[in-house]
Amino acid sequence: MSSVETHRICKPGDYRSDIKPIWCPGCGDYHVLLSFTRAFAELGLLPEETVVVSGIGCSSRIPAYTSCYGFHGVHGRSLALATGLKVARPDLTVIVASGDGDGYSIGGNHFIQACRRNVDLTYVVMDNRVYGMTKGQPSPTTEPDFDTALSPGGTGLSPFHPLVIALASGANFVARAFSGEPNETASILVEAIRHPGFSFVEVLSPCVTFRPDEREWKNRVHPAPVAATSDPAKAARRIMTDDGFNIGILYRGERRPYQAKVGSTSFDLSELEKDFAL
Amino acid sequence: MPEVENISVAIMGSGGAGALTAGNLLLEAASLAGWHGLLTRTVGPQIRGGEAAALVRLADRPVDCLADRFDLLIGIDWLNADRFGAEIEVGPQSLVISDPSGGGLPAVVTRAGVRTVDVPIKELAKAIPEGRPNMIAVGLAAGLLGLGDDVLSAVIEKRLADKGQKAIEASKAGLKAGIAAATHLDLGMRLALSKPHAAQRWLVSGNETTGLGAIRGGIRFAAAYPITPASEILEWLAPNLAKVGGVLFQAEDELAAINMVIGASYGGTPALTATSGPGLSLMTEALGLATAAEIPVVVVDVMRAGPSTGIPTKSEQADLNIAVYGLHGDAPHLVLASQSISDCLFTTQWAVYLAETLQAPAVVLSDQFIGQAVAAIDRPADLAFIGRRAIATPAAGTYKRYALSAGGVSPMAIPGTSGGQYTADGLTHNERGTPTSNENDHKVQLDKRHTKLEQFGYGGHWATVEGDGELAVITWGSLTSAAREAIDHLRDSGVQIRLIAPRLLLPVQPERFKAALGGIKRILVVEQSHGGQFYRYLRAHYDLAADVRLLNRPGPLPIRPSEIKQAITQWRS
Repeated sequence: MSSVETHRICKPGDYRSDIKPIWCPGCGDYHVLLSFTRAFAELGLLPEETVVVSGIGCSSRIPAYTSCYGFHGVHGRSLALATGLKVARPDLTVIVASGDGDGYSIGGNHFIQACRRNVDLTYVVMDNRVYGMTKGQPSPTTEPDFDTALSPGGTGLSPFHPLVIALASGANFVARAFSGEPNETASILVEAIRHPGFSFVEVLSPCVTFRPDEREWKNRVHPAPVAATSDPAKAARRIMTDDGFNIGILYRGERRPYQAKVGSTSFDLSELEKDFAL
Repeated sequence: MPEVENISVAIMGSGGAGALTAGNLLLEAASLAGWHGLLTRTVGPQIRGGEAAALVRLADRPVDCLADRFDLLIGIDWLNADRFGAEIEVGPQSLVISDPSGGGLPAVVTRAGVRTVDVPIKELAKAIPEGRPNMIAVGLAAGLLGLGDDVLSAVIEKRLADKGQKAIEASKAGLKAGIAAATHLDLGMRLALSKPHAAQRWLVSGNETTGLGAIRGGIRFAAAYPITPASEILEWLAPNLAKVGGVLFQAEDELAAINMVIGASYGGTPALTATSGPGLSLMTEALGLATAAEIPVVVVDVMRAGPSTGIPTKSEQADLNIAVYGLHGDAPHLVLASQSISDCLFTTQWAVYLAETLQAPAVVLSDQFIGQAVAAIDRPADLAFIGRRAIATPAAGTYKRYALSAGGVSPMAIPGTSGGQYTADGLTHNERGTPTSNENDHKVQLDKRHTKLEQFGYGGHWATVEGDGELAVITWGSLTSAAREAIDHLRDSGVQIRLIAPRLLLPVQPERFKAALGGIKRILVVEQSHGGQFYRYLRAHYDLAADVRLLNRPGPLPIRPSEIKQAITQWRS
């Protein structure tokens, strides 16, 4: 980290900690970690002024693998925790990492509310359409016929559209990335972090252990054929009708980010009791 | 006419009759006239309408609980009075003023054999343009208490300023008509002049003093979800936190609220949330996270009757178990209990100080009674407790967030500090904060969290311990005041009773408790919980070494001083 101290310029490798990830060999999340470090380096973020917040699940192990400040909290609540942190400390860059179970199932309501509030956070969901850590159960983005011990013969339930939910809820930046393309993913993350307000990046990140079929994603992804729009209705229509493998920035909004109305820290505390006085 | 130390007045009416406004005016005017007083309101679950009563106790000294019975009961109408008649105990000495057009007297009133007087309250109001019956009621009470209409007029002008001059004039006219109607009535008692009181007094609720204690202790971030009866804490904090450079954030639910608070505190800003039982249930998982990751947070639980939705508008002391035992795993944390409106300030400020110093979550148990009651209190003394956590300024590569030390507290790096980067984690971790499943790491970190709370010197604030004698009343929270009043009465007749009320419920203080119990042969435990939660807590953690009896009852009816006095007397004979 000496380069950080002396030059205040970090290379991607400087954003890695010495902790070895617990992920399976071939897991898409390794590449997401690589994309994080490349994006942070590109932006010149200082590790001590950057916080990576997560919940529970394979993807949520990412904070400790970075050299930034991190918070690995409870299942589903990463956005709430990050919101409290960012509102109290607007000077920090706060990145939230999650997965499809953590973010869309147990944390689903926080996702909607975070989009609506538009606090300046970047939310990265590594979607592998399965619960990996608990060994292979279906998530809200799992296909209806995915056969598991917990859902013999499949759930029969249609997956939902996180990107459209984000748009409908007021997210200010919506993108889809693929972990197997770390340079492109890093570029999208750079844009997402730069964009004011709540930025949502869904990263398709294969689970090679419980969803070996997802190895094929690398053959299915393709760049989004049209440029990002600032019209949420147009973006939603495109996402609802695309094949789910359109990669790129899909929506850039212009909403004003949340800003707390904060008074002066030099306020005389003895003034507070005046309303109580008889 | 006999002079008495205190007089209790209840003004009752169906929702919209303005009984609560009448009670507020009466309390403020009496306080300005030099008396002390307490107002509680009792309402049904309806948002508007339904039944409502203002219960006002005026006294020559500070009071923190309701009296045994009401001396004056004014019924603007009796439409829904039977629904909470049991809360308004009257006796043969009580005077009941009733509007003959307001329906029949409730059974609880007629049973007591009270003196009743008919006054056409609504008719008197109708004679005044825009006149309101509640102002006639205020006038009746003022006349019987000997409160001048000058002081009441001043309060009306202040309180109704935003309603316009016409409303103010109508109210003043109603007040005068009420006072005139009272001239030929006789309450049969006179309130003694107030004892000398502090130069400065406040008219304030426990939820407001809780908010002030939070800010004075250093809280600058709050996140919460609205819930009865805690919302007034949030509504007080929202504008006042903004004034001092802080923020209140309305969360989508209590799960979010507690996690927002943890996030803010991790970032170095002392943080608090306020809720009631159902919300505390949702927060317990994250309280475990705050324990494991050693993040200071304060949760105020303004208790209401439970379980589940229970009775949201009424008090109970039945969240003790969840506050003390509700966390999974071995999770040492702080639990404190506020004892009065004034003590809400002390206990909350102390809780912030302890949470910050010990890097642990603190649960403060208040309740609906002290939270929503308004009283004229002597201005509490300023406290020196200001939360300051140990902050790390580490050199790169050497920082151990959870370093083991004799006291168990390790300096915390705040984001923005170079070289202090670490990941806070709910996973078992080693000294650096790195996740581990090693049995020794697990053990030493559990020891660390336990030790830091156990070894801290909490001093004399851990409990209220007063009085002598061989019999002790052990109680907690808002019942401390009712017990003190019962004991004061007995002392007047030469009986000495000790009062022990722990303010610090966790970590337990066996040595201090033993000392407080010195010479005690009999114990009366008093609590407002159906299951005897406090009694069982005492049995589990303390060697009581005496004969023990329990006086307990669930909410919503408060346990009154006379019941405690009676239980003591029976126990002694």
